[in-house]
Amino acid sequence: MVEVNLWAGLRKHTGGEEKVEIEGKNIGQLLDNLVRDYPELEPFIEAGVSVAIDGRIMARDLTAEIKPDSEVYLLQQLKGG
Amino acid sequence: MGVEGQDFEQEFQVVGTRPDRPDGIDKVTGRARFGADAYAPGMLHAVCVRSPHAHAKIRKIDASKAEAMPEVKAVVTRADFADGLTGEDWNILENVMAGEKALYDGHTVAAVAATTALAARDAAKLIEVDYEILPHVTDVDKAMAPDAPAIREGAADGSVPEGLHPNVVRYHESGHGDVEKGFAEADLVIEDSFVTEATHQGYIEPHACLAQLGSDGRGEVWCCTQGHFNVQKVCAALLGTESSQVRVTASEIGGGFGGKTAVFIEPVALALSKKTNRPVKLVMSRSEVFRATGPTSSTSMDIKIGMTKDGRITAGQGVFRLQGGAFPGAPMEFTAMCAFAPYNLENVHQVGYDVIANRPKQAAYRAPGSPMAAFAVESVIDELCNQLGLDPIDVRLKNASREGTKASYGPKFDRIGLVETLEEAKAHPHYSAPIGEGEGRGISCGFWFNHGGETAVSLALSEDGTAALSVGTPDIGGSRASMCQMVAEELGIPYDKVRTTIADTATLGYNEISHGSRVTYASGLAAIKASRDAVDKLCHRAAAKWGIDRDAVYWENGCAKPAGSNAGEFEPLPLEKITSKMGMTGGPIVGHYEATPEGAGVSFATHIVDANVDPETGQTSVSRYTVVQDAGKAIHPSYVEGQYQGGAAQGIGWALNEEYIYGEDGRLQNSGFLDYRIPVASDLPMIDTVIVEVPNPGHPYGVRGVGETSICPPLAAIANAVSNAAGVRLKQLPMSPPRILEALDDQANGRS
Repeated sequence: MVEVNLWAGLRKHTGGEEKVEIEGKNIGQLLDNLVRDYPELEPFIEAGVSVAIDGRIMARDLTAEIKPDSEVYLLQQLKGG
Repeated sequence: MGVEGQDFEQEFQVVGTRPDRPDGIDKVTGRARFGADAYAPGMLHAVCVRSPHAHAKIRKIDASKAEAMPEVKAVVTRADFADGLTGEDWNILENVMAGEKALYDGHTVAAVAATTALAARDAAKLIEVDYEILPHVTDVDKAMAPDAPAIREGAADGSVPEGLHPNVVRYHESGHGDVEKGFAEADLVIEDSFVTEATHQGYIEPHACLAQLGSDGRGEVWCCTQGHFNVQKVCAALLGTESSQVRVTASEIGGGFGGKTAVFIEPVALALSKKTNRPVKLVMSRSEVFRATGPTSSTSMDIKIGMTKDGRITAGQGVFRLQGGAFPGAPMEFTAMCAFAPYNLENVHQVGYDVIANRPKQAAYRAPGSPMAAFAVESVIDELCNQLGLDPIDVRLKNASREGTKASYGPKFDRIGLVETLEEAKAHPHYSAPIGEGEGRGISCGFWFNHGGETAVSLALSEDGTAALSVGTPDIGGSRASMCQMVAEELGIPYDKVRTTIADTATLGYNEISHGSRVTYASGLAAIKASRDAVDKLCHRAAAKWGIDRDAVYWENGCAKPAGSNAGEFEPLPLEKITSKMGMTGGPIVGHYEATPEGAGVSFATHIVDANVDPETGQTSVSRYTVVQDAGKAIHPSYVEGQYQGGAAQGIGWALNEEYIYGEDGRLQNSGFLDYRIPVASDLPMIDTVIVEVPNPGHPYGVRGVGETSICPPLAAIANAVSNAAGVRLKQLPMSPPRILEALDDQANGRS
């Protein structure tokens, strides 16, 4: 299980939780299981998210490995100009 | 976390030098071909019909008079595009061609193609649109008010708290700690509100394209864009055809700055071509660029920061309301996440609102959302420093984010260079220079995330020992030079033996748009990896020639060499000796790399600005400007400095003069460069630059993107300088002479 930190605006879709425990060895599994456990998050995941693993922000790579003790943050998907 | 093959200590031969730009002669001789420079036999010219109303129902479009003109070959409306689209595809189509309603002044409602540009313009005037005018709103705060007209019911997503106006379409909230506890620990708490107007990216080249689409669904597009693969994807969706059947070539680009990440005219030209079976050219006028392409969001922001007497920030809180036109997407989450990122805060809380209004759909502009946040937050920090009598750089150093700091937006920072930029700024002669009479000095930090993204490159070696790199990221800031340098470095050949080309969509795998300061990072990383792939193949050929194992061969200074005496005694084999025989030793040698690099590395900058204010006229001038920014590793320092100076120059325009001005009728009042005043050379001082190099662990050489961070601090640094010169805090951008006079007047009359 990995502790996933959500941005506070998602609280209302996770029963008030800003940190949730999710299974997943990579970002793809983590996001799939996040939607499985919290279906209301699906539109936000589908709209695109970035995932910060131990400080490195991953915008696209679903294969990036997550260790059980990794620091994981869900962020809105990064774009730029 | 590092990347494979990383060596920050290596002695570079080509990287870090300042060779001539490969596109220089083309640009100065007029040989470079931009968006409007394409022609095709039988080509038609297209013109868009645009709504003169900010908000109106389209009852009927009658094109009969236009169609009666012999020169007119086709008229298209929304009915000529794909239906059934959802999500962002629907939003893009709705912006490209209005459906049931015109949502802003300048919104395209129809388009016409004719044999001449003049006839097309005449025909556009003959297309009669029956509008039912609806109430409109263009101001962000008014758009959130209970009595505001709802622009698009149901546009809000599930993030928006209950009870907000339907024009609030997305919501963000983040932070950590307990801000109330933090404010209670402070010796001084300042709370204030700030406003910024929308500004345009101001690229000199208007949007232009030449498009052809046959009845078989196969087409081609030539256009100026920051992302031709995205143009391909969007056009295919909006025209209901397949991506691979639409080949898109990116022209040279006359500026983009984020504004050419969006798609506006290419689907329209394709729809007209499909209807006429002829190529169609569409070139926007300057007025159309202002009215209908993406400016930034306008903002309204509330900031509250607490500080102890010795300069420790105890808490920071921000509310950021961004108006992004008639469509969701204003980058309020970036505004919120960037706002306090430079600081190590125990208690921080930020809220963002994405608000729709009757204005054109906002588009990215260098670090979208971040410059406005810095303006608000850094203004309050400056005021705290002033009132507590503290040095603004010392305060920022005391609170600066470092490696391991928990960022205001959540995760811990990797290796970052904010402290180094502050230390360089403090040591710079500018910071210790005396401040003149009537002059003020301003400091600001700025932050941007940077980005990686899908990237594919190909590196073909030629028999004569030269190399041709194909990339899929349009060169919007000198990237071709940097790519050539990185390839030359890896192959061990001179810079001028490498040519980099922006390949079309039929040539490479998908490449994300040139945005997010990603090109030198991601395409550069890919170019290095493709070079190493080619080097591996070169070593294989040498090993085969020598009859030894591949592992017994290494590459150095452009030659394959045996790895020690055990490998055998062979003379070094130069690249051109291998490539000259490659057709007979296994075939062409091509290096590849396709991936989604994810180690872009965030970056920080610190700017120092001196400004003068004339209290009689309200006129301001920037007298001295210094940019200090972390580049990770500067591949071509002149281009890096150019990015720094460009960010500062555009920031000066944004801070002092540029703004979208809407009338009571909801129409844009200043859709030309005479009335929308971007800085010219005489408005700018020489802009000094300092390149800080704190390597990014996510790139083989340590590169961080530099194109966007440079525009994050200027609004705040200039506002702080102007405020300190004027003796009154300026809280609204641009700080045009009337606003400065008003602020001085308010202060004199006790209203500020």
